Amino acid sequence: MDRRECLEMLYPELEDRLVVTIMGACAQELYDLGHRENFFYLQHAMGLASSIGLGLALHCPEERVVVLDGDGSVLMNLGGLATLARYRPTNLLHIIFDNGSLLSTGGFESHTTKGITDLAEIARGAGIAHVASVDSTMAFGEAAVEALERDDLSVIVARVRAVGPDNYGMDFALPENAFRFKRNVRDRKAGVSPGP
Amino acid sequence: MTVSYDNSKTVFEGIKAAGITSISALPETWLGLLLQRAEDDPDIRLIQVAKEEEAVGIAAGAYFAGEPHVLLMQNHGFFGAINGIVSLAQLYGIPLCMIIALRGDWGEPYPWHTRGGIVTEDVLRALSIPFEYARDPEKVAKQIQEAWTFSQSSLSPVALLLTRELMED
Repeated sequence: MDRRECLEMLYPELEDRLVVTIMGACAQELYDLGHRENFFYLQHAMGLASSIGLGLALHCPEERVVVLDGDGSVLMNLGGLATLARYRPTNLLHIIFDNGSLLSTGGFESHTTKGITDLAEIARGAGIAHVASVDSTMAFGEAAVEALERDDLSVIVARVRAVGPDNYGMDFALPENAFRFKRNVRDRKAGVSPGP
Repeated sequence: MTVSYDNSKTVFEGIKAAGITSISALPETWLGLLLQRAEDDPDIRLIQVAKEEEAVGIAAGAYFAGEPHVLLMQNHGFFGAINGIVSLAQLYGIPLCMIIALRGDWGEPYPWHTRGGIVTEDVLRALSIPFEYARDPEKVAKQIQEAWTFSQSSLSPVALLLTRELMED
């Protein structure tokens, strides 16, 4: 399956949630589905998407947070899975798209290629109770529905093909995304409806 | 040499007086007594990380959430967090108030801390991170308050370096 198909399925559910995505293809595919003010695109600092998600989830208990991660990024912050497990925010869903590739930097194989390293097993071993490993869009959809309804920390490892969009580009500067995202979180806390 | 009980208390109370309600940290000797206080305080949320760079992400999440947050780490942990500091905090204009135990400075008896202590100030300068040394227990609370204020107004990482003079008896 393609990550893009998973994101299309997930997209309607993301409207009411705070979303943090990693860089590159994943960020672009989400953006291309339609930017929303509750999306933060981490275009660098690989590995830290789940840590931002943890900070958001712990300090915004009334929100539900979705982190869109990748195998290359998670491999840079495996300790972050243990920190997630330790603090177990019940309002966090961590989705890891595992394409077995460092796609954005030339498609070199990552450690998960050919099943050598199993990120779902690592997540379980870190102490995360709800971990699903899926390799079809049907299974992804089912796992996502379950996780979004579950009132507990969940991880989904989705095996996807190593393909990305043809064109890259977003219509805002990186700090602008941070300023607007922060304002959106504040307004949601205050119960202000977002502008058009 | 022992870690100063009184000054650990003073630093912790300075953090609280600055209005901080959330702390991320990786425990180290000089921070031990301070972190015990944080752990026991119902008004403080303490998040222990496995590596200091995680704390940069957590601090960004806390900032987005509007929660006053400081990062506690050793200078060697600061080195390990640099990509996050540069490519998340500085790149996006996210404030970080870092309180850093400056190991390996004047009087350091342990060889393993020395190289890190020697280069800490130069690394901070190279990254354009404003910093100050905390030496005097009478002044440290004000320094924490000012570090916090400056991080928020400059949307930048700032560092307050806890020295041996302050942290050891």
